[in-house]
Amino acid sequence: MSDPDFTFTIDGKTIAGKPGQTIMEAADEAGVYIPRLCDHEGLRHQGGCRICTVKAEGRSVAACTQPAAAGVVVESETDHINKLRRDLVEMLFHEGNHLCPICEASGNCELQAMAYRLDMTAPTKFPFLEPCRELDASHPDIALDTNRCISCGRCIRASQDIDQKGIFGYVGRGIHRRVAVNGNNLAGTDADIADNAVSADVCPVGCIIRKGVGFATPIGEREFDQGMIGTDIEGKRRD
Amino acid sequence: MADNPDQSESANQAIAPPSAIVSICARFENDPNRMLDILLDVQDQFRWISGETMEVVASQTGLSRVQVEGVASFYSFLSQSPKGRITIRLCDDIIDRFAGLAEITGLFERELGVKVGETSADGAFSLETTPCIGMCDQAPAAMINDVVVTKLTPARAREIVAALKRGEQPEDIAHGPKDDLSPYEQAIGMVENNIRLGGDVLLGSVPKEAGLKKAIATKPASIIDTVEAAGLRGCGGAGFSTGKKWRFAAAEPSERRIIICNADEGEPGTFKDRVLLTERPDLLVEGMTIAARATGAREGLIYLRGEYIYLRAHLEDVLAERRERALLGEKILGVDGFDFDIRIQIGAGAYICGEEGALISSCEGLPGEPKTRPPFPVNCGYLGFPTVVNNVETFCHAARIMDRGADWFFEMGCEGSHGTKLFSVSGDCRKPGVYELPYGLSLLELLELAGAEEAAAVQVGGPSGTMIDRANFHRKLGFDDLATGGAVIIFSGQRNILEIVEYYMSFFVHESCGYCTPCRVGNVFLQKAIGKFRKGLANPEDIDYMRDLSATIIETSRCGLGMTSPNPILTTLENFPLVYSAVTKPTSDRIRATFDIQSAIEDARKLAKRRSHIFDEDFTK
Repeated sequence: MSDPDFTFTIDGKTIAGKPGQTIMEAADEAGVYIPRLCDHEGLRHQGGCRICTVKAEGRSVAACTQPAAAGVVVESETDHINKLRRDLVEMLFHEGNHLCPICEASGNCELQAMAYRLDMTAPTKFPFLEPCRELDASHPDIALDTNRCISCGRCIRASQDIDQKGIFGYVGRGIHRRVAVNGNNLAGTDADIADNAVSADVCPVGCIIRKGVGFATPIGEREFDQGMIGTDIEGKRRD
Repeated sequence: MADNPDQSESANQAIAPPSAIVSICARFENDPNRMLDILLDVQDQFRWISGETMEVVASQTGLSRVQVEGVASFYSFLSQSPKGRITIRLCDDIIDRFAGLAEITGLFERELGVKVGETSADGAFSLETTPCIGMCDQAPAAMINDVVVTKLTPARAREIVAALKRGEQPEDIAHGPKDDLSPYEQAIGMVENNIRLGGDVLLGSVPKEAGLKKAIATKPASIIDTVEAAGLRGCGGAGFSTGKKWRFAAAEPSERRIIICNADEGEPGTFKDRVLLTERPDLLVEGMTIAARATGAREGLIYLRGEYIYLRAHLEDVLAERRERALLGEKILGVDGFDFDIRIQIGAGAYICGEEGALISSCEGLPGEPKTRPPFPVNCGYLGFPTVVNNVETFCHAARIMDRGADWFFEMGCEGSHGTKLFSVSGDCRKPGVYELPYGLSLLELLELAGAEEAAAVQVGGPSGTMIDRANFHRKLGFDDLATGGAVIIFSGQRNILEIVEYYMSFFVHESCGYCTPCRVGNVFLQKAIGKFRKGLANPEDIDYMRDLSATIIETSRCGLGMTSPNPILTTLENFPLVYSAVTKPTSDRIRATFDIQSAIEDARKLAKRRSHIFDEDFTK
């Protein structure tokens, strides 16, 4: 298994790839940011949100799961692809109840930040689905509002693979598919505030809420108040 | 646990004692990959899967409760609330609707005293609807527990309820109370085959084991060469070269390889595999055995959709008999090292499991979610081993090709689409049923055979296929023109195209697995959009909106479901544009019809418990 390293291109930029790397992994290393929501550093790839859709040799693929290969021509930052991504972000906004002004995740929220990055500035054309799921505030340190969940599954993978606990899982099918806890409610699980799965980094939106710290960092000084989502990766690029 | 107050409050709720759950799990060796079988057994015995039951199953199989719940909540035939001892599932396909489903439903509701979706207070009956159960040629149809009743009339429905209330067994009601019927006789006693035209390959006379005998006389590699040279392509709809698929699986270095038959015939309007499973099960198993020989696989699975569970005993019979005759098991036909056996995996009501990866997930005891590709199943499939998944019809064809040779098959049909194809014809025609015909015939020829003089629109390939109008009836059935997994659904000029489209979109919303955003959410938006057309609330720009949204769903979805689910809308926009423009005329007062003030204020009106002074015109009346 000593396949040689190779190069391919994203939007004309030459990217170095190693055997077994996905397009996104190689792009991240090269400082080329491909928008994503369900993918998170250190977790297995899921390929569910589809925000990282790119065209590889003209075919739509998810960059987070598609293996990179020698000589492949990848398009990412085209008007067409960014329009697809904007549609997907809008779908996620309309699927749940994402009311930024009253959400404590505002400013740290990757969904909100992605909307800004993709120029989702005007009211959108989709209908609101307005879910009405029960809030789970049973746990002393953690609350769960799945009305704000975007089904990215990052908490599920983090809990399974990093915490070795399996506190979260998907239940249901289709539009009723959602994240649930391993028991009747959060208090009935062995969830702990120190778990990676409930750390501020893992939930990209305001679904998993760490009690008592919601406004410790004031609005205006939060992660995406400092810079657009993706700039950390783009900062690595040298050209 | 039996004293749990939540459970004892209703005397009619079947309480599953932990010991019973433990023994069900033990029957499947506490194997988490057999989760679907375990949960189906629990459902069967106790009529629901409670949180407590899930805890027991989880601890027995080494999973977490939420993982078990993920499976239990995914499949339509598994329930997390108690169901009746008898569950009646009315087939709610568009064909059944046009065949009088509403009247039948009303009758069941009145006679049973429950509405659709409810269970009677005494725990005796549940009444539900379910998408196409593969009986479109004999609609309206329904499942009663594990059996099927077809051609329902109000009188027959009344009779059925009366018999059930007398305590008669569903089996006896479905095929008559005869004890000595073989499983095959029971199956044909309840469901007609409706073979209208048998062709040379599958439904004509088929000598037994002729293909298998030739296969063992040759090298595995030359079996693959023959199947590839015959031009056989997958009959489930996607049309991938069968020979290539076998070649890839054979080439992947591995200790274990798996042959899976996809008998999850879920595309609405398709029922040809039902007929093959009934009439040609030996040919199917022969084809699977040849595939095993060609690829070196020793294990096989038949994934039988839950709706076809009435065929299980018949298929088990066939497998048992073949084991006795040394056609399955160790040393098949006396050949040293040729070992192959088959297990039947029953599905539980999920269209998505017809998708190759989702089917494998389901066989592994997981929710039926498609797998990330690559790797492809031929490289890394069931439990990570190289896996060949082929449709029922494909395996049957392969067995015939081995007997008669590649040239014989290749010369039938047309360029790119060789051999014959089974068409499931239903809807507004005089002779619904299965037709075996060489590829390349025109749709018009098939319509003439079926007695469909009134046809105004035909859905070729089911909802994920194409809806075409009269001007296109000359087109040829085959992979390169009108591709179909078999469904040909005929609609007369009396039918409302928008009603059909709205039904199909609701089908896709119901059947999306929910894994990826565009399919999970986008299809709901499409369904709502088509609903506006149905209600006369659409604006001309809604047509562009639907096209645009469809394009996003197709381009970004993770599997074939989302890549084809907008087809009912797109193909009718293309071929029946007037249907849409007729209901999107601008209103005379130039007010946008889109905004429906009455439904917008409905919630507020309910909360306030009074009517609106401004918007309810008849307020003073």
